[in-house]
Amino acid sequence: QESQASGLPQYIKIVEVGPRDGLQNEKVIVPTDTKIELINRLSQTGLPAIEVTSFVSSKWVPQMADHKEVMRGIERHPGVRYPVLTPNLQGFHSAIAAGATEVSVFGAASESFSKMNINCSIEESIEKFEEVAKSARNVNIPVRGYVSCALGCPYEGNITPAKVAEVSKRLYGMGCYEISLGDTIGVGTPGSMKRMLEAVMKEIPLSALAVHCHDTYGQALANILTAIQMGVAVVDSSVAGLGGCPYAKGATGNVATEDVIYMLNGLGINTGVNLYAVMEAGNFICTALNKKTNSKVAQASFNTGTI
Amino acid sequence: QVSAAAATFPQRVKVVEVGPRDGLQNEKSVVPTAVKVALIEMLAAAGLPVVEATSFVSPRWVPQMADHAEVMQGITKLPGVSYPVLTPNLKGFQAAMAAGAKEVSIFGAASELFTKKNINCSIEESLERFSEVMSAARAASVPVRGYVSCVLGCPYEGKISPAKVAEVSKKMYSMGCYEISLGDTIGVGTPGSMKEMLTAVMREVPVGALAVHCHDTYGQALANVLVALQMGVSVVDASVAGLGGCPYAQGASGNVATEDLVYMLHGLGIHTGVDLQKLMDAGTFICNALNRRTNSKVAQAACRL
Repeated sequence: QESQASGLPQYIKIVEVGPRDGLQNEKVIVPTDTKIELINRLSQTGLPAIEVTSFVSSKWVPQMADHKEVMRGIERHPGVRYPVLTPNLQGFHSAIAAGATEVSVFGAASESFSKMNINCSIEESIEKFEEVAKSARNVNIPVRGYVSCALGCPYEGNITPAKVAEVSKRLYGMGCYEISLGDTIGVGTPGSMKRMLEAVMKEIPLSALAVHCHDTYGQALANILTAIQMGVAVVDSSVAGLGGCPYAKGATGNVATEDVIYMLNGLGINTGVNLYAVMEAGNFICTALNKKTNSKVAQASFNTGTI
Repeated sequence: QVSAAAATFPQRVKVVEVGPRDGLQNEKSVVPTAVKVALIEMLAAAGLPVVEATSFVSPRWVPQMADHAEVMQGITKLPGVSYPVLTPNLKGFQAAMAAGAKEVSIFGAASELFTKKNINCSIEESLERFSEVMSAARAASVPVRGYVSCVLGCPYEGKISPAKVAEVSKKMYSMGCYEISLGDTIGVGTPGSMKEMLTAVMREVPVGALAVHCHDTYGQALANVLVALQMGVSVVDASVAGLGGCPYAQGASGNVATEDLVYMLHGLGIHTGVDLQKLMDAGTFICNALNRRTNSKVAQAACRL
């Protein structure tokens, strides 16, 4: 087995964040039906986890205002998980009422980012998440924890690996089954990825780690490769590379799921995902958004007429 | 088994800038001589040690490079910077010498079908043609760089065996090329196929004489470069602003952007001698001249750390 001989994981779980993280950072507000259609198409590709929506106040995130309708409207495929964001207890209750069976909370490794984003310190945010985690535990709902700014912050600049490890440990300690480490502004490179993961791996088991790389500086696949060389086996990505960078006007954000899968397929790593099906879902949403795909694989494939 | 993640990287990487030749050659708009000259000078001023200046090929085939003599004679050359030019045959070589070139490049391929479609002969025949250039270059003490195309896949043949790449590389190295640049011409390679190919080639050619020339058509370039670096390769080709589309996939990207490569290398603490800001300025300049947007993500990103 090629991947085995290379020391890489044999299987990598892809967490598709396009419908939430992707659409949240797209300017055009997408109709509920389109969101549902996108998620339904993604459900048929083999993706094991699809982040559906965010139970956050529509005042802050208008794109996610239809969270209840989307949650209730999607077809749930057996074996596919449909996590939703729940920034606080209120959002959590709303999510459960709408039928959510998994939730996510978002921490940050930067005080400034935490303050600017959710108007409270890291410690205060952790306290809020603990409330969510506690309620979730009571009803057997798994919680995924995200750590933003793992490789750099738009306000603070450099972020120490120790800080990332500390916040990750808090989230894991409160019961998050998985910690997704986010290079929020895409400034990381393989060296900083390696150093950060080494620090976090001292506190969190490898099997509970995921990487969420942004491609703002074109570094995402190189960073993901570094992470999987270190044994990380969960990778977040966004169909068609949906979602720009809110901190760099016109720049790209999420790495494209198609491009990640292309790389993993080439490495002989199993993902369970049908690349063509993802490209078609990407084509669908780009047409709906009236925009070009950010996926290079999609650009190359649709233009030659061959795949 | 030592994990690739524990592998060390080279301390220094030589970045070979191919924008003015490979890049512009694959851009639709024909660019005035003065713009080409300015671009080359800006790139050299940015600290790039090698800037591929032009191609001494018939203007009938490559109109963009019709002004090769003027470009070569027009640039003010910085000491310590090489300005190699393509010379597909003896005639081109002689014209290059007359125009003041001090280094030349020849292009082979690891695919018979690609060679036939591109230059209408077999790989063996193409190498025979090059031997004329090699002899003339040796007589004039001019170094020759060899390129091997289709090392990770061919638009016509599909899969290319690593053994074939090693065979062609070995021949070109034995003929006297001081460096062999291995090109993923259609960008289909992934870190696994890159590793496999390099393992085969490194049995025949010393790693110090190897370079990689990755295309980003499928977004794999930097991941492929990373693996090459992990295996000891320390010469990487790139094109400012990611100039140069893919002639085999309409609208798709081609060369990897020098800015994005340098960003990664600097992040890894690898010395390149390149000033990223000046490089980005050169990219802005040529994109304005071509009236197109950059393909470099680093250039697109507005936020600075």
